Amino acid sequence: MKVDVDGLSVRIAGAHLVRDVTLRAGSGRLVGLVGPNGSGKSTLLRCVYRALRPTAGTVRLDGEDLHAMAPREGARRLAALPQEVVTEFGFTVAEVVAMGRLPHQRASARTSAADRDHCARALDRVGAAHLAERAFLSLSGGEKQRVLIARALAQEPKVLVLDEPTNHLDIAQQLEVLTLVRDRAAGDVPGGMTVLTALHDLNLAAGYCDELYVIARGAIVASGAPADVLTPQLLADVFGVRAHRVRHPESGSVQLLFDRLG
Amino acid sequence: MTPRAVLVAAHGTAGQLLPDTRTARGEGDPPVATPVRSEVGTPSAAPPGGDADRPPAPRRLPVPALVCGLLLALLCSVPAAVGLGAAGLSFGEALGLLRAGLTGGVVAAEDVSAYTIVWELRLPRALLAAVVGAGLAAVGVALQAMVRNALADPFVLGISSGAAVGANAVLIFGAFGMLGVWALSGAAFVSALGAMALVYVVARSAQGMTPLRLVLTGTAMYYGFSSITTLMVFAAERGEAARSAMMWLMGSLGGATWQSVPIAAGAVCAGLAYLALSARRLNALAMGDETAAALGVGAERFRRELFLMTALVTGALVAVSGTIGFVGLMVPHATRMLVGADHRRLLAVAPPAGALLLVWVDVASRTVLAPVELPVGVLTAVIGVPSFLLLMRRRGYTFGAA
Repeated sequence: MKVDVDGLSVRIAGAHLVRDVTLRAGSGRLVGLVGPNGSGKSTLLRCVYRALRPTAGTVRLDGEDLHAMAPREGARRLAALPQEVVTEFGFTVAEVVAMGRLPHQRASARTSAADRDHCARALDRVGAAHLAERAFLSLSGGEKQRVLIARALAQEPKVLVLDEPTNHLDIAQQLEVLTLVRDRAAGDVPGGMTVLTALHDLNLAAGYCDELYVIARGAIVASGAPADVLTPQLLADVFGVRAHRVRHPESGSVQLLFDRLG
Repeated sequence: MTPRAVLVAAHGTAGQLLPDTRTARGEGDPPVATPVRSEVGTPSAAPPGGDADRPPAPRRLPVPALVCGLLLALLCSVPAAVGLGAAGLSFGEALGLLRAGLTGGVVAAEDVSAYTIVWELRLPRALLAAVVGAGLAAVGVALQAMVRNALADPFVLGISSGAAVGANAVLIFGAFGMLGVWALSGAAFVSALGAMALVYVVARSAQGMTPLRLVLTGTAMYYGFSSITTLMVFAAERGEAARSAMMWLMGSLGGATWQSVPIAAGAVCAGLAYLALSARRLNALAMGDETAAALGVGAERFRRELFLMTALVTGALVAVSGTIGFVGLMVPHATRMLVGADHRRLLAVAPPAGALLLVWVDVASRTVLAPVELPVGVLTAVIGVPSFLLLMRRRGYTFGAA
């Protein structure tokens, strides 16, 4: 499913958090959004998963205006992993994953065998079936992220939005989560699930994403294949760092080595 | 895209990255080693080290059995509550009169006053206790999810203290006399709605009604309204009026009549029906507004609905029974300890549990120091606090990992 963001702006209390952003994510593509802290990554993504209504502009899924759809209708096509999960409630992993079925269920309906099946499969796909009866809050950061991805998969979305899914994870967990997401982008739905993710680590972004959008002060300043986007000039302008580009010895993808500031 | 090795992480820890297990990769593939399947075993046979230091999976009681048990206990408790009391009436006599009333039997002339006690005082009172207990427990569950706060109870939004202002104006100054017998309930309900509207207006902001703003506004209002109530009690000329104001503040089911039961029951049934249909949305809301949005639940709008519904039910309950504390705070927590945090389970179990608790607490309030009647709110705490603390310690409950 194609995601088209057009002329999207967000203004809160006079501050322009996102200005006139246009972004395209083709079917089955893994598109990364990078930028310094406070550049508007999360605000933009929140508009895409409907936690925020943009002041101007549209988000369309295969041409259909997302914000004009009923919320449930939108959630059947697009799932998201927000940055912070704030809960103190002692849900089990199975209960958290079951929430992914919400957009597909009638309020008065009991949980069907098909629902349970979807959840079990989703947990299985992220390699977390053995965690099903564990308390969600007792999991490690990496396990939590996997479970939340399972919840998103149980939603049977055609578009997956992730806001810095590798935050607070150790390096192995980061690779694990991104590999998982990458595999999903390739499989599942005919034409592939479309993934839009904000990432902090530029080398991970370069290694995993098909396309990158660079956002600074609320506006997109560059987009394209990682190798074309991540130039020393852009890194100096946007992030204020000096960087050398090298090739990964095996994959050949662009990787960055950073100098001290200046 | 080229097919990739499926990732299966080692249990408990992240996947191992071994240089010699990298799969062959196509041009442009990410430059990462693929975490390989752990050799330790299948997921069901996780290594002991990974999970040993973690709390075991919470034990949960089967919900259908629990609900049936609670309803059965409630069904037996209401007649028992009717049978127990201070008025020199034996348990058997009271039950006989109750049966006579239910089956349209004959009551002897000398039993008429006893019959009145059973039929006009004790039965509506026991029924009202059940209704109020169920309502407070359900509203407590909803509010704890709505503001995502373990300390939330039906009175957290300042509604009860607002209602107290109206009720005390009636009790102490005889205000709203034109409403007759409805003066107390009517004033309490109207001032509850007034307090609710005030909290709503103040708590709203450009960012919407956030849980923190709601709790802070409600708490601030609580102190404001309470001081007004206290002032009124101090200003009261008659000691008896101050006493009944105090009684009302601690909650009492003594005002139960056949008029008040259906009003409270109607409000509680409507609230329960709404919440039962919202259980899954409550789960989503408990995970945070962002998650709720991603699941197709507009947090802002849902919270407004919940605010309106809980305020109406609380207002109705406060109008008939004053502010009975503890039930709406602790029954949801106790229920979570038994059946977990899923709101579909919680909303099935908490209302009958709250009803059962309040029926027996009311019996105790009538009989412990008979003929003096204790405020229900005192006894809910006296009975509830130790049993709650015991349950909490035994089951190792934190709000975090039930």
